[in-house]
Amino acid sequence: MDSIRRMLRRVLSFFRKSQLDADLEAEIASHIEQATEDNIERGLTPLEARRQALVHFGGIDLAKDKQREARGLMKLDILLQDLRYTTRTLRRDRAFTLVAVLILALGIGANIAVFSVVNTLLLRPLPFPHPEQLVRIHQKDPKGGESSMTYSTDAMLAFQQQNWSFQQVTGYFAFSTPDNVKLTGNGQPQPATGMSVAGDFFSTLGVTPIFGRNFTPEESVKNGRPVVLLSYPFWKRQYGANPAIVGQTIGLDGTQVTVVGVLPETFDFGSIFAPGARVDLFSPAILSTMEDWGNTMALVGRLKPGVTLGQAQAEADSIFPRLLFNNKHPEWGGKYDARLFGLKEYVSGKLRPSLIVLWCAVGMILLIVCVNLSNLLLARAAARAKEFAMRTALGASRGRIVRQLLIESLMLSLSGAVVGLCMAWAIVSWLAHQASIALPLLSSLRIDGAALAWTLLIAVVASLLFGLAPGIKLATGDLQPVLKDSGSGTGEGRNHRRTRSVLVISEIALACVLLVGAGLLLRSFLHVLDVDLGFEPSHSAAISVSYEDGGDPVKRGVILQQVLQRVDQIPGIETAGISDELPMSTNRSWGIAPKGYDYKKQGLLPDTFVYVVTPGYLHAIGMRLVAGRDFTWDDTNKDLGAVIVNETIARHIWPGQDAVGKIAEINGGQLAQVIGVVDDVHETSAETQAGWQMYLSQTAPQFGPVGANLVVRTKLPPAALASAVMDVLREINPAQPANEFKPIQLLVDHASSPRRFFVMLVASFAGLGLLLAALGIYGVISYSVTQRTREIGIRMALGATMTQVRRDVLSKTFRLTLIGAIAGTAASLFLAKVIAALLFETAPTDPLTFAATILLLGAVALLAGYLPARRASRINPTVALRNN
Amino acid sequence: MGESKLDLLQGTLDLMVLQTLAAMGALHGYGIARRIEQASGDKVLLNQGTIYASLVRLQQRGWIRAEWGTSDNNRKAKFYSITRGGRKQLAKDAAYWQRLSDVMVRVLAMSAEESM
Repeated sequence: MDSIRRMLRRVLSFFRKSQLDADLEAEIASHIEQATEDNIERGLTPLEARRQALVHFGGIDLAKDKQREARGLMKLDILLQDLRYTTRTLRRDRAFTLVAVLILALGIGANIAVFSVVNTLLLRPLPFPHPEQLVRIHQKDPKGGESSMTYSTDAMLAFQQQNWSFQQVTGYFAFSTPDNVKLTGNGQPQPATGMSVAGDFFSTLGVTPIFGRNFTPEESVKNGRPVVLLSYPFWKRQYGANPAIVGQTIGLDGTQVTVVGVLPETFDFGSIFAPGARVDLFSPAILSTMEDWGNTMALVGRLKPGVTLGQAQAEADSIFPRLLFNNKHPEWGGKYDARLFGLKEYVSGKLRPSLIVLWCAVGMILLIVCVNLSNLLLARAAARAKEFAMRTALGASRGRIVRQLLIESLMLSLSGAVVGLCMAWAIVSWLAHQASIALPLLSSLRIDGAALAWTLLIAVVASLLFGLAPGIKLATGDLQPVLKDSGSGTGEGRNHRRTRSVLVISEIALACVLLVGAGLLLRSFLHVLDVDLGFEPSHSAAISVSYEDGGDPVKRGVILQQVLQRVDQIPGIETAGISDELPMSTNRSWGIAPKGYDYKKQGLLPDTFVYVVTPGYLHAIGMRLVAGRDFTWDDTNKDLGAVIVNETIARHIWPGQDAVGKIAEINGGQLAQVIGVVDDVHETSAETQAGWQMYLSQTAPQFGPVGANLVVRTKLPPAALASAVMDVLREINPAQPANEFKPIQLLVDHASSPRRFFVMLVASFAGLGLLLAALGIYGVISYSVTQRTREIGIRMALGATMTQVRRDVLSKTFRLTLIGAIAGTAASLFLAKVIAALLFETAPTDPLTFAATILLLGAVALLAGYLPARRASRINPTVALRNN
Repeated sequence: MGESKLDLLQGTLDLMVLQTLAAMGALHGYGIARRIEQASGDKVLLNQGTIYASLVRLQQRGWIRAEWGTSDNNRKAKFYSITRGGRKQLAKDAAYWQRLSDVMVRVLAMSAEESM
């Protein structure tokens, strides 16, 4: 109680400092006067009386200090004093402060931004209650794309019933395409993206609508009331964030559908299940109508509390092989298996190595920044040595001076952190809106409490790292000679110079490692861009076409033929074609086998990507027919269809033979004759090997397409053609929604966007590292030239030429760079192996990358050294000698 | 000077100040310092300035209070007086010192007997 009151008063007096000081001053003055008077009364002269009074008092300043110490918070007082002093010195040295804060801001800002990405993608739990219980279930070998990662509705329902590990097992329809529904009833139909999910999808995830409610079981059965849930962004965009929309009906593909709720902003389906995709509306999947659609459902489950992933996996291994593909056809069997992933692991597990590399790269940047700052501060400390020596001589303790230096570095790094935070905030907000980058969870990227804590941590650690070296140097150095010496020549000892050289060398080595890493990743990326995709993405564009064929395949053929004929006539369009699915976007797979193939005896064949296309499509997207012919509008034979296979299929099924003319079985039943062979197409991304692919005729009634994408080949920019194409589509089908006309290159870019993202980041870090290293070299060489002005002057007076002086300075630069580059290369050789898994067709020891790095480093270093060298060679000996 | 003056033990000055104020009523800093010196028969080595740290300490604990007033010779001075809490504390501290000094006397006497 007592001590609390005293503490409180101490704190209060801290804030009433000036008044209390004046009070004390008056009190002491009064004390001295009374003592003086008493002494005079005792018979002393006034002068002597005052002198004795003062002696007896025993040091006025000491008494004041003691009283202040007893009264307030002495430590805080001193701290404030130091802070004020530091602000003053930093403000005086404006150029230094600006450079230091800027360098720190770059380093810390990059670190915060990367930490936010890592935190969002790897560290932060998914935005669901008990996210650790959520599991993604898919088949073990996803070679056939989505079709071999999904399950039939019968299999899903059977697994729901038979397992004991899960509280709930749910799923979503994995084959939704962008802009697959149109909002009708309000002028021109608007495209929107719908997604059907099992009725208990949201309750399993633990997502509750912010307005309205989840689906009810009655809404998930055949002929139930049609309902939708709106995604938050769609609700904001389309309905002006009006809660009254809940309960109303909206027109969707011509049907009236009731909006039952709005999902929370935190739930972004695309960012978790389909990176880069946007979903506007969710409708309950009517499972009983989907039995015969094959593998359609992507499964997600919530484990019971206490059940481990391993237990669930063991159970799944015993249940899935027993599940049937279709209950009506038990003879088809199922051939299922399952691999369980924690949802978080499924979402970002593949990105972990890249993110860790990114984190390390940015950590290295921070190290380089610290080394750079250390160097700057050392130079500054050398220049300030006399000031410190003077202060020590006047009674400042070394501890106090070191503390002051540390406060200085802390202030620098905190200012850097504040500026860096602003930079990181800008980067992060920009990244969060990059829908074109196919990274999961990117939309939830933000600077949160964890990022702020991280900022504070690295700011403090950095300030210790770069502030300690100069501090120690100063505290242990002998100050006497500094005071005595009047010249500037010995301000920096041999030892001091060596420290700075070591710092620069380590900076160069770190920059070298970063450059090698970035170089290897960049070369991988160039290799990825160089991959022959099997089609020609440039000069082609696509738009999703909607048509009304009433389910009649003949009518469908007529309409599509009409569309293509009209589009072909648009000036600027070289050729056009239609496919249900495009490469590197959505996909599905069927089966193909040579006629009479017995898979029970001869083993299973891989799932085959299937594309239902019109004549002209292959040409429009730029695929290459290597044998046979393209489809014609007459390929409509119901009993013997026409199929075009890719080379992989031709090579596997009919090795060493001409595939054209052979008869194949599609999906184990329908016969089709191979009419052509095309080059392999990279169907998912440039980095994955092409699988089995086949192309079937849109006009053949037995092969149903899942949509229609019109692809045109043109030299004109797609935007210039958009309105002409849309006019044609509207004439044929007035209900054609205003879909976007997208360059095919976008699909390719989207598929390679994660790699592009990492390469760009690592490359910019490497550039930053190089710049900082160059600054470091420049600083050290330039400083040593200044220090040796007199020496150089003498040498020139003794006959050294400008070239000799220049060569001398440059050779010092060269020596530092060489040592740094050697150390860096050695470290890179070791570290490159660590990132080998991230490289694409590039060896971790790629000689070209290493050579280029060393050349670049050497060139930049020599440039940084050349400027001071030139200055050195222009020293006028007379001036240099006189000035000293 | 035969004997050198006594250095004050830690904490004793606070007790002396309290006792002085209890005995003499309100006094200013100089007055307190003089009283202590006189009472000790000028045996205490007191840097008079140190009294102000003691005064602020006691004041913050609520054992004394201060107000500006005028001294006998018409000088502005800050007068300190003891509070009720201060008297209690004084009684406690004085009793403690009494006991301590009794013990010290006995302990020192014992060692003297033994050495004989």
